[in-house]
Amino acid sequence: MIPNDTPITPDLVKSHGLKPDEYARILALIGREPTLTELGIFSAMWNEHCSYKSSKKWLKTLPTTGACVVHGPGENAGVVDIGDGDVAVFKMESHNHPSYIEPYQGAATGVGGILRDVFTMGARPIAAMNALRFGAPDHPKTRHVVSGVVAGVGGYGNSFGVPTVGGEVNFHPRYNGNCLVNAFALGLARADGIFLSEAKGVGLPVVYLGAKTGRDGVGGATMASAEFDETIEEKRPTVQVGDPFTEKRLLEACLELMASGAVIAIQDMGAAGLTCSAVEMGAKGDLGIDLDLDKVPVREERMTAYEMMLSESQERMLMVLEPARQAEAEAIFAKWELDFAVVGVTTDTLRFVIRHQGEVVADLPIKDLGDQAPEYDRPWVAPQAPAEVKAADVPAPNDLGAALLKILASPDMCSRRWVFEQYDTLVQGNSATIPGGDAGVIRIDGASKGLAMSADVTPRYCEADPYQGGMQAVAECWRNITAVGATPLAITDNLNFGNPEKPEIMGQFVMAIKGIGEACRALDFPVVSGNVSLYNETLGQAILPTPAIAGIGLLADVSRHVGYAFRAEGEAILLVGGHGDHLGQSIYLREIHGREEGAPPPVDLAAEKRHGDFVRGLIAAGEVTACHDLSDGGLAVTLAEMAMAGGRGARIDLEADAPHVALFAEDQARYVVTVAAEAAAAICERAAAAGVPVASIGVTGGETLRFGDGAAISVSSMREAHEGWFPSYMAG
Amino acid sequence: MLRSAVIVFPGSNRDRDMVAALTKITGTAPAVVWHQDTDLPDVDLVVLPGGFSYGDYLRSGAIAARSPVMTAVREKAAQGVKVLGVCNGFQILTEAGLLPGALMRNAGLKFVCREVKLKVANAGTAFTGAYMQGQILRCPVAHHDGNYFADAETLARIEGEGQVAFRYAEGTNPNGSLNDIAGIVNAAGNVLGMMPHPENLIEALHGGTDGRGIFESLAA
Amino acid sequence: MKARVTVTLKTGVLDPQGKAIEGALGGLGFSGVLGARQGKIIDLDLAETDRAKAEADIRAMCEKLLANTVIENYSVEIKG
Repeated sequence: MIPNDTPITPDLVKSHGLKPDEYARILALIGREPTLTELGIFSAMWNEHCSYKSSKKWLKTLPTTGACVVHGPGENAGVVDIGDGDVAVFKMESHNHPSYIEPYQGAATGVGGILRDVFTMGARPIAAMNALRFGAPDHPKTRHVVSGVVAGVGGYGNSFGVPTVGGEVNFHPRYNGNCLVNAFALGLARADGIFLSEAKGVGLPVVYLGAKTGRDGVGGATMASAEFDETIEEKRPTVQVGDPFTEKRLLEACLELMASGAVIAIQDMGAAGLTCSAVEMGAKGDLGIDLDLDKVPVREERMTAYEMMLSESQERMLMVLEPARQAEAEAIFAKWELDFAVVGVTTDTLRFVIRHQGEVVADLPIKDLGDQAPEYDRPWVAPQAPAEVKAADVPAPNDLGAALLKILASPDMCSRRWVFEQYDTLVQGNSATIPGGDAGVIRIDGASKGLAMSADVTPRYCEADPYQGGMQAVAECWRNITAVGATPLAITDNLNFGNPEKPEIMGQFVMAIKGIGEACRALDFPVVSGNVSLYNETLGQAILPTPAIAGIGLLADVSRHVGYAFRAEGEAILLVGGHGDHLGQSIYLREIHGREEGAPPPVDLAAEKRHGDFVRGLIAAGEVTACHDLSDGGLAVTLAEMAMAGGRGARIDLEADAPHVALFAEDQARYVVTVAAEAAAAICERAAAAGVPVASIGVTGGETLRFGDGAAISVSSMREAHEGWFPSYMAG
Repeated sequence: MLRSAVIVFPGSNRDRDMVAALTKITGTAPAVVWHQDTDLPDVDLVVLPGGFSYGDYLRSGAIAARSPVMTAVREKAAQGVKVLGVCNGFQILTEAGLLPGALMRNAGLKFVCREVKLKVANAGTAFTGAYMQGQILRCPVAHHDGNYFADAETLARIEGEGQVAFRYAEGTNPNGSLNDIAGIVNAAGNVLGMMPHPENLIEALHGGTDGRGIFESLAA
Repeated sequence: MKARVTVTLKTGVLDPQGKAIEGALGGLGFSGVLGARQGKIIDLDLAETDRAKAEADIRAMCEKLLANTVIENYSVEIKG
C-alpha cells in the first residue's frame, strides 16, 4: 500500500494518465505537491472520460435546445417534454473498454450505469436499447465477446425489469480489438418530479446509499481513456461486478424517497464513483463538500482513501437530504435492505475536503476540479473525400435471387433474433413491438400515447465520409422513428472514436459532429444528452468512427403505430423517395463484390424532412398498413424484411435494365409503405403535389418475392437464410 | 367481483404488469402486499408475480419462498383460496413446497423471451375454465430457469391426476421441461404455477388476448 | 467454526450446465471426460464451537434453504 504522502514522481503522474503539462497545471492550481489521493482525484476528474477535454470544444457546437427540451446536456440524462405534464428522460452511454476485458460484467454494468443515470433524475426506466459492435466473425475472440456481452446486457436488464425494445449489432474487423457496447435507457417522470445533482444549502448531510464500496474498478475511468496494448489481460481486476438485484432495490428505494420530499440533490456514483459524484454536487451548487471516509460502508478491509475515492463499485448513490427527514429516509433504505450512511456535509468553503482515520488526505478547490480541467483544441485534418463509385461500374450479380439470399444471411444483415430473445422485451406490459422493426414502440403506462425509439449509425459511411456519415446517422434515426408513425423529438449521442491525439482521428470526430449538428438543426432534432468514448484503439488500429445516435419520438395515440410486416394480400406497395442509384459503400458492393469502396450516399436533409413528414401524415391519417425505411441493403432488403415479417410475398415491377442498381442502392430519405390498392393513386397524386416522389411499385401477396420477370425468391427460403446465420455462428 | 392480492418481493419485476392485468380484467385493483407482511387481506386470489426475487441468488425463488408472507400464503392455500404463481412465482411455489417438482436452468442455458404455443391440458381447473380442453393458445415466456423437473413417481402422479394445466405445444418447448409441462396445479386444484406470462397478452397493444382466459376463469 | 456445504444435483437430474462444460472440454481436446456435473459450494463461518451441534445446525440449514432436496443432494464438511 502506497502512503498518502508518497512523493509524486513523474512515473506516478504518467501512470495516472496525466501529461506533464497537466501535472504542472495541478501544481499551479493548488500551489503545492498533491497527496496521492489528490493525484488520484485529479486523474479521475481530468481524464477524457470525465472532462471531455478533447471533445468539449466541438460538443458545444451541437444544437441542444428546442420546444420539447426541458434539460439538455450537463445532467445525468436529457429531459424532454412529452405532454400532459410527463417528461421522458434518456441517455446513451458507452461501456466499451470494460466489455472487451470482461464481456459479461462489462456489458452488465454498462446497462446498470445507464439505468442509474435515468432513475437518479427521478424517472422510472421504461425502455432500454443497446448498440453493439463486434470484431470480424472469424476473429478468435469475437464469439466469446458476443456471447458474454449479450448475456450481460440481458442478465442485468432482465433482472432489473426493463424491456429492451431495440438496438443494433454490427461486425467489422476494425472492432477486433475494441468492441463497442453503447447502452441506452429511457425513463418516465412527471415534469415537476425531476431531481438534479446541484446541492443546495450549507451544513446539510451528504448521504451514501446503496451497495458497499470495494476495490472494483479502481482506476476504471482512467482505463476507459487509455489505448489498449498487449498488457490488457492484466487489467482484469479493475472491472466492476454488477448486481441488478441491488440496483432494482435502489431504484425502488430512490423513487420512494424522492416521493417523500426528503431529497434535495442526488447523483449516482458512476465513473470514478465518490470523487465525480461529490465534486459534481458541490461544484454545481457553489458549495464545498467535506467527506469523512471512515463512515463509508466498505466490504473490503484496509481500504485506503485513494481506493475509496476512485472505487467504481456499482449500485451506489450520493444524496443531499433534508436534515429533518433523515430518519424517514433511513427507514426507507432499511426496508429495501440497502446501506445508508451520512458520510459528509455541505460547506460554504468551496473546498473538497477528504478525511480518513483522523487525517485530512485531500483538500482541493472543488470548482477548479471541473472548471479548470484541461480543454484541448486538438489539431485535426479533414479526411480525403473518397473516390466515387459509379453505378455503371458495379456489375450485376450472376443471380439476383442468390445475391439477395446471400445478403440476408450475412453477419451484418441477418436476423438478430438470437440476440434479442435473450432480452426481456415485454416486462412492464407496455411494449407494442418486439425488436427487429424500424423503432421500438412502448405505451406510456395508463395513457394512450406512446414513445418510439431507435439507435442508429452506419460506421462504414462514417469511415468513408464522417460528415455525411454523421448526418446519415441522425437522418436514419429520424426516419426510423417516422416509419412507425411517431414525431421525432430529440436524440442522445454516443460518439465512439479512436485516439484524438492523431489529427486524422480528430478530423473524423470534428467532421462527424459537424454532420450531426447540421442534421439535428435541419430536422429539429436536438441533442439532449450524450457520451464520448475516445481512444478505442488497439496497437494503433482505431475502430471505425461510430457516432451512435439514439432518438425518441412521440405517438399521440400508440394504437396508430404501424409495423413493417406486409399485412394483407393485394395491397399496393409504394416507394417513397424514388428509385436510387448510389452503390458506393453499399452492402451489395461489400457482400457480393467484396469491395468496401466509394462515397456513402449523400444526405439531402430537406428531402429527408419532406418525405418523412409526408409518410408520417399518411400514417396519422390511418392510410398505411405497413411502413419500413430503406437503409442497409436498399430496396431489396426492405421488401424482403417486410415479406419475412408478414409471411407473405409480393410482386415488384421493375423496368430498369439494371435491376441490381434499383434494388440495392442505398440512397437516403426513402421508405416503402403499403396501402389499400384503391387508395394508391390518390396518395401518389397528393405526394406529387407535396413535392415527394412516390411510385406504386408492386402488390403484396403470394409466397414469393418476385422482381419483374426475373428472380422469384420464396419467403420461406429468405427466412431460412435470414434466421440461420446467428444461431449457427454462435454454436460453432 | 374477484378480490385479489399481488405479493411483492425484493426483485419482483412483473408485479406492476400483474396489477395492471388484474385491474383491467377484473375491474378492481388488487391489494399489493409486501413480502415482510405476515397477514394477507381477505381475497379470492393471491398472486406471486414474475421477476428475479432476491436476484435469483442461491436458486430461483428459494429465498422468497422462505419470506414471512409465505406462511400466510400457505394458510390461504390450505383454506382453498386460489393462488397463482407466474414465472418467478411458479419457482417460489415449488420452492415453498406448494407445488411439486422444481424449475431448473433452461436446457439452452440462455434466458429466453419469445412467444410460444400452449395447449390447455386440463380445462377443468378453476384457472382454465374459460378455455376449451386442448385449445392452443399464444403466450409469451421470459425466463432463465423454466425447465420443469420432477422425479418419475411425482411426474406419473401429476399426469395421472390431471394436474398438468398447460403444455408447450407444436414444438415450442423453450426450456426442456419434462413432458412439455408449462403449468401445473396442486392436488386440490387451487394453486397454479406456470412459466408463461398470460398477463403480457391481454390487450390489443400486446397483439392478442389469449392470456385473459386465466383471469376470466377466476372471475367467473 | 468454519464449514463447507457442497450442493450437487441428484443423479438422474439433467444438468444442462454440466453438459455444456463436458462439451466445451471435449471441444478443447480433453477427450477423456466421461461426464461433468456442476454444483455449488457454500462456505459458512459459525459462532458455534461444538462440532456435533454445528453439523446438526448446518444439516437443518441445508434442508430448509441451502439445498432443494427435490433435485439436489448436499454434504457437510466441518473444517474446525
